[in-house]
Amino acid sequence: MARQQNDYDDIPGTFVFDQDRSRQGYGINMFCMSLMKDENRKAFKADEAEYLKKFKLTPEQTQAVLKRDYNRLLELGGNIYFTAKLGATDGHSFRHLAALMTGSSQDQYADMMLAGGRSVEGNRSRSGKESGKDTAGKPRKAAKSKAKAPKKSRSGRG
Amino acid sequence: MARIIAGVSSSHVPAIGAAIDNHQTEEPYWKRVFSGFEKSKEWMAKAKPDVVILVYNDHASAFSVEMVPTFALGCAAEFPPADEGWGPRPVPVVKGHPQLAAHIAQSVILDEFDITVVNKMEVDHGLTVPMNLLFGSPKEWPCPVIPLAVNVVLYPPPTGHRCFMLGRAIRKAVESYPEDLRVVMFGTGGMSHQISGPRAGLINSRFDKAFLDNLTKDPKKLTRIPHLEYMREAGAEGIEMVMWLVMRGALDDKVDEVYRFYTVPASNTAVGHIILEPKRGAAKKPAAKRTAARKPAASRHKRAAARTKIQRVRG
Repeated sequence: MARQQNDYDDIPGTFVFDQDRSRQGYGINMFCMSLMKDENRKAFKADEAEYLKKFKLTPEQTQAVLKRDYNRLLELGGNIYFTAKLGATDGHSFRHLAALMTGSSQDQYADMMLAGGRSVEGNRSRSGKESGKDTAGKPRKAAKSKAKAPKKSRSGRG
Repeated sequence: MARIIAGVSSSHVPAIGAAIDNHQTEEPYWKRVFSGFEKSKEWMAKAKPDVVILVYNDHASAFSVEMVPTFALGCAAEFPPADEGWGPRPVPVVKGHPQLAAHIAQSVILDEFDITVVNKMEVDHGLTVPMNLLFGSPKEWPCPVIPLAVNVVLYPPPTGHRCFMLGRAIRKAVESYPEDLRVVMFGTGGMSHQISGPRAGLINSRFDKAFLDNLTKDPKKLTRIPHLEYMREAGAEGIEMVMWLVMRGALDDKVDEVYRFYTVPASNTAVGHIILEPKRGAAKKPAAKRTAARKPAASRHKRAAARTKIQRVRG
């Protein structure tokens, strides 16, 4: 059955860990949880494919783990706080994984963050429908003096 | 009678904990972050709470996908630091306040908040990093802590409105506790950040600053932010900011903003921090002060430092 479409699927470059993905990715996430124990990390490292047989993963999910395809893992139901344990098993931090998922080098990603991070402009919407309203919004007084031109949204992965 | 004397919000970035544990706090990158909490530690040393109620989220440490409680109240006598894959953080065991926690559980459930009672739980960086930021790194934490873990990992988290109303119910519970206790409420997480997928690294300072402004002035407005907007504007993981609204709901409608700090980045995340106290209408306050951020030595960090704002509104 095709995945049910949700309003948040319009956010580019984002796999929201929702109930449907949680159902689908239960095996991935429980595999990742098992890596909290040193003995399991060692067993996994000794024979990755064999170790993964203990979890009910689909062939696609197994391949995504073996290839360390972190975006695909999210798409197939993994959650970042769980897949980060796979990263930690390889000695990688959250930031290291973030760079991988964005397709940047570690230095490029670190520089982008130091320069203020990835802008939300152009990264709000795949469909371009969202005009960038913000109800967290401007503080009431500032709203009058600081009225900005409506933002134009573009789809794109940034 | 127990009462809530202040609300504190702060990000709980794991890399901040790693920087403390690896003694990197004096490095320019990290000094920019830690310098923003110096005044807060002074404030906390004066506030001397008897109990902290700390709203945070677990990051696949105490709760896997086997059980995902929306609101889990820590009612145990102690909460050991969790091993998050790098060994447990070298921080003190968190002592709970089982009597007050039990009282809160009983009160809020009858107020129709069907929270989960947790009597055994390890706590991860979501709780221990804000403790370090506000209390430093003592041998023992100076007061008991009641953890309130909120699910913000599995979509959907509770709405901002629900979080705010839970804060109200917690306040009512605290104020019906007979012992004279001074309680500080923590809301943690955020601010804007996304650590998953090709859009990782997203930061939206405009959203964050408006959120901080409205946290003080117009929190009801924040309770109407839909989840879609948090994720779109503040990043998939920026949705953690709903937890700040539990803290805000536990305070008066009108509050004094005592202190604020904001800087980008700490690892993947915008760091935001605020201290709110009940408004004291009659009491005279000293004039507003501004304190400049210390300049980091390395030029690479200068631009980041330029975006760092320390604002002492009232002290």
